[in-house]
Amino acid sequence: MDKPLTKNIDMSRPPLEIAQYQAAGGYESIRKIAAGLAPADVLQQVKDSGLKGRGGAGFPTGLKWSFVPMGDNAPREKYLVVNADEMEPGTFKDRLLMEGDPHLLIEGMIIAAYTIQASKAYIFLRGEYIRAEHALKKAIAEARAEGLLGSNILNTGYSLEIVLHTSAGRYICGEETALLNALEGKRANPRAKPPFPQVSGLWGKPTIVNNVETLCNLPGIISHGVTWYQGLGKGVDHGTKLFGVSGRVRSPGCWELPFGTTIREVIEEHAGGMQDGYQLKAFLPGGGSTDFLLPEHLDLALDYDVIGKAGSRLATGTMILLDDRTCPVGMVGNLMRFFSHESCGFCTPCRDGLPWIEQIFVDLEEGRGSEKDIGILEDHLGYLGPGRTFCALAPGAMAPLGSALRHFRQEFEDHLSSKGCPYTRH
Amino acid sequence: MAKIVIDGVTYEVNGDNNLLQECLSKGLDLPYFCWHPCMGSVGACRQCAVKQYRDADDQKGTLVMACMTKANDGSIISIEDEEAKKFRANVIESLMISHPHDCPVCEEGGECHLQDMTLMSGHNYRRYDRKKVTHRNQYLGPFVGHEMNRCITCYRCVRFYDDYAGGTDLAAQASHHHTYFGRQSDGFLESEFSGNLVEMCPTGVFTDATFSAHYSRKWDLQTAPSVCVGCAVGCNTTPGERYGELRRIVNRYHGDVNGYFLCDRGRFGYGFVNSAERLAESQQGKGTGRRTVSEDEAVLELNRILDGGQVIGIGSPRASVEANLALLQRVGGDNFYAGVSDAEFAQLQILKQLSGESALHAPSVREIEECDAVLVLGEDVTNTAPRIALALRQSARNRADELAAAAGIPSWQDAAVRELAQRELSPVYLLSGYATRLDDIARATVVDSAPGLTQLAQALARTLDSAAPTPAATLQEEQKQLLGSIADDLKGARRPLIVCGTGSGSEALLKAAANVARALATARGGDQAVDFCCVVPEVNSVGLVLMAGETQSLGLALKKMQAGDVQAAVVLENDLFGRAPQSQVEAALAGVGQLVAIDQLPTRTTELADLVIAGTSFAEQQGTYINYEGRAQTSMQVFMNNQAARPAWKWLRKESETTLAGLLQTAETTLEGLAGITAILPVSAAAVAGMKYPRQSHRYSGRTAIQAAANVHEGKQPEDRDSIMAFSMEGMSSQRDTAVLPNTWAPRWNSNQSVSKFLDEVGGHLRQGNPGRLLFTRNGSSAGYFEPESAAVTTGDFTLIPAYQLYGSDELSARAEVVNERLTGAYVALAPHDAQQLGVAANDLVTVSADQEALDYPVCIRRSVKPGTIVAFTPAGQFPVAGAGDQVSLSKAQGSGQARFGNLIVSDLQQEGI
Repeated sequence: MDKPLTKNIDMSRPPLEIAQYQAAGGYESIRKIAAGLAPADVLQQVKDSGLKGRGGAGFPTGLKWSFVPMGDNAPREKYLVVNADEMEPGTFKDRLLMEGDPHLLIEGMIIAAYTIQASKAYIFLRGEYIRAEHALKKAIAEARAEGLLGSNILNTGYSLEIVLHTSAGRYICGEETALLNALEGKRANPRAKPPFPQVSGLWGKPTIVNNVETLCNLPGIISHGVTWYQGLGKGVDHGTKLFGVSGRVRSPGCWELPFGTTIREVIEEHAGGMQDGYQLKAFLPGGGSTDFLLPEHLDLALDYDVIGKAGSRLATGTMILLDDRTCPVGMVGNLMRFFSHESCGFCTPCRDGLPWIEQIFVDLEEGRGSEKDIGILEDHLGYLGPGRTFCALAPGAMAPLGSALRHFRQEFEDHLSSKGCPYTRH
Repeated sequence: MAKIVIDGVTYEVNGDNNLLQECLSKGLDLPYFCWHPCMGSVGACRQCAVKQYRDADDQKGTLVMACMTKANDGSIISIEDEEAKKFRANVIESLMISHPHDCPVCEEGGECHLQDMTLMSGHNYRRYDRKKVTHRNQYLGPFVGHEMNRCITCYRCVRFYDDYAGGTDLAAQASHHHTYFGRQSDGFLESEFSGNLVEMCPTGVFTDATFSAHYSRKWDLQTAPSVCVGCAVGCNTTPGERYGELRRIVNRYHGDVNGYFLCDRGRFGYGFVNSAERLAESQQGKGTGRRTVSEDEAVLELNRILDGGQVIGIGSPRASVEANLALLQRVGGDNFYAGVSDAEFAQLQILKQLSGESALHAPSVREIEECDAVLVLGEDVTNTAPRIALALRQSARNRADELAAAAGIPSWQDAAVRELAQRELSPVYLLSGYATRLDDIARATVVDSAPGLTQLAQALARTLDSAAPTPAATLQEEQKQLLGSIADDLKGARRPLIVCGTGSGSEALLKAAANVARALATARGGDQAVDFCCVVPEVNSVGLVLMAGETQSLGLALKKMQAGDVQAAVVLENDLFGRAPQSQVEAALAGVGQLVAIDQLPTRTTELADLVIAGTSFAEQQGTYINYEGRAQTSMQVFMNNQAARPAWKWLRKESETTLAGLLQTAETTLEGLAGITAILPVSAAAVAGMKYPRQSHRYSGRTAIQAAANVHEGKQPEDRDSIMAFSMEGMSSQRDTAVLPNTWAPRWNSNQSVSKFLDEVGGHLRQGNPGRLLFTRNGSSAGYFEPESAAVTTGDFTLIPAYQLYGSDELSARAEVVNERLTGAYVALAPHDAQQLGVAANDLVTVSADQEALDYPVCIRRSVKPGTIVAFTPAGQFPVAGAGDQVSLSKAQGSGQARFGNLIVSDLQQEGI
């Protein structure tokens, strides 16, 4: 099976240097472009490939790019920004790519920037990803020395500079417009949409913000073609995806698998199944801001629509497993504390709603909860729901909360009747 | 026009606006916090949610934020929808989670937007029963109090302070529910517009510290529509009085002048009215022989002097039209002199001459905001007419709106427009004597003395129109390039603006500025007037120059006095020592028989007077003031002076039957410049059965007890024979006539946000029309370009540039106790190189010598001062050692000064000396 994203990754050794990377077929896509692919051609291929954004929303990448104004009347300055601020709870897939094969990201960036004709690209990197920072810095320098970055790349007349920016932190910087504000040196509050970044983004100029994994898909598409790419998947969506598992499994980790792989296969074959003495109770299929799914969903295929129809989201594709000996209320409370703390403080429901929720969980845990509190939690589901808040942070937080209240109502009640958490810590 | 349906009713609205704005304009009650008509929408508070339906068949609908949704034609929305109401109730509950229950002791209580919106959104009982978030408060200076625990995080403060007013020292800090609005550390707020935070904040985070010091509820204040006397912009204000003391000043909306905003001088500088120094009673005699005289004695003595013949009157730019008129009528036009410096008088004559020219237009503040290319010539607007400086900041943002329009972003999408435009601004060119507080919005700045700037302006006029006079000097290549860019931007603009003023102290520069405006009008085809904003220093500078004869300068009056030709001089609300050199004033006073001074506060002039007449402050009298654009506005009396001070016009009137209206009627027939002025008087015809408009609110409390400490019987309310307002709670609803509207108040809207209910549309004009009237009639063609004159050559090493300070250049506000903490004292600013040459450091004293005078000034060093020039600040009430553009010599003096330029908010101050 082809693994275009991770074929060069071997975490037991340093990532490939540029010579080895090229020897393994790296930067072939750039040479193909230099040989005569116009931006519009690249755009068409990406559109045809059916590539969807891997940051969580699953928006078609080619469509996103097509909103960027092109041609002579388009603004001269445009930007590509890589969202490498991977902070979704339970998510560690971009880290693998950047630490394991930094040149793949750079190659993808050149393709994307060339397509929208951006002359500058920024990597907005999570501050704690120090190994990724070192790897990327080295790779950028190598690519520049090789003439793959800088002015007049491979005599195409096209020039590109990459700036690596390490974030000062905060989950909200993963929201693409908050990321842009942070990059401009402003408070990391999200921006109103519309206008979308494709029209008015970084420094007010047309900007594409793409996730690391999304960009890493591009070299394969351009080098090997759309047909090859579409042949990778087993299900509805095309290509491969990094899927991760955390929780009480035998070997938690992250693997590149085709779309359409079943959840059961990921958990049982790749993650080695549950540890002894633990049963799977439920799981968040795509990181901390997705709805719980139950063991009955294990045979679903990992495709955006399939998971969507089951009432959750594929999102980042990194699952967090809840076992039968861990308190679901405690798990959700932990997530609520995270989301509450990471609210930027701009809009009212998120800023003032999440801390209340967080406090209710503390009270439930410490035996001070009441039936009224559960009502207040339910009240907040709608109040912090999609369309009510300024960005998707609070609705994301409501996904695990709402599904937990549906699936684990008894556990919530138990916290009231037993004046605290009935689970024993272990 | 677009048609939209709100709760089943069809409305015609402006489809370019957002739904919230249109709902409010239609008089509907929809709660909101973060939106403001001048600052647009950001969608932070989520309080204005409404239900929007796709079409008539859509029964489910979607919640949208009204402020973030365009009022597209055919929109169907519901405010009353249950889901929308539920959501809004959730939002207000959230906002109130950490809000303290301190309304009874909060200054905002009773006029709090948060209180109003809480009731309107239906939040009565608290479900939240856990700990509240608390914050530490900061000391923000003498003007603005800070109580962060009340904050509901609507972001209005920073959006006004930073985004709208260009401030840099207030910011949103931290995040989630710990978001904090304050400075990096304790210290006074640097912005000249910080007081607007008090009105911007929907609750009591930012409060008027001067009001808190002698607090009263809104409804217990006696108020009247007033006009700020702090400068010549004529911002409309609402002063409030209780127990005979002026307690505060708040903004009074005027669609053309100040809109929603005041500057800090105007808002906080009222303390002089309450000053312990006030002249409570009239006095006769000099020195130790001075004694208090009764009102009757004072009148008799004043009339004896006035009727004695050979009396001259010296009018005042800070006194009302009526006070000046009363004096003028009493002494006769030939004996009435303008009480301003001769240099300023000459400049004001130019302005008067230009006021009839059809090629020029004096723009209102609102019109200034619409201008998209600005040239400022020699005027430090921030310190001489601050509200105009705030307007110029908005002019610079027109470019952002253009870019937004091209990108299809509505101008009210405030954050989106700013993110799109970033630092792109409409062209603003600042040609000034020193670095100013507007430099951050300037495309280019030139710092030079008045003669240097005059040359540039002459050359610019010539660049614009080849028929303009040949400039006296030849320019360097880069200067030519700059003038080329300025000329192109002014010519290409939709609405260009030239700003100049008396602040440069230079008649030649004013003439050159006029030439630029005329040349620009010609270059633009000549069929449209060019906006020409000429800033003048005081509230009634224009009124005074319209009344005084062309040759009636103060210098002439002083000469006559010195020559012994004058039996008595009556000085109206004026300190001559601030208007002419000390030696000249002293010589004149030595020559005059009797000196009468009418004023509210003691000055050096009242000290030397034979008869001191106690006058009233603006708040204790009705008066008319004419602003920089020739707009005559009536300022109504707020309260009765309870001592023996009376309005100057009453002291001076010959017949006791003479009324204010009578004075203006006479003036209208005798003084050409005042034609039409009586039209501004509020007429009592609207009043039914002799009823007047009350100054006291419908909830005014304790009236029967106010005097109880002295007399348990309720005294009779003072009667107001001079106006159509009454010192009473009873009478006509004042809401019918904006000219007598003492405050804004509407059902369910107790805060200043109720102003929307009085406007034709939010951010628009007062429903019954904005009060006041423009007096300039422009039907004359230009008298032709002013010819450049060669300046009189004086000797010295440095060219003097006069400087101005928000706190210090205005005589009255400088005497308010709280302003004292922010006052700047006299100084000269030197370029670092010049300071080094002279061997002086900051705080050293230098002697500045001019032709006849020599004065010591403390030194400060400013990096951007042009070498060879000195920037001299002389506080009001003192006369500068030399005029603008004069050559002076400098030498190091002994000792060091008690310099008070620690309060200087300038970007280029070198603190360390040399």
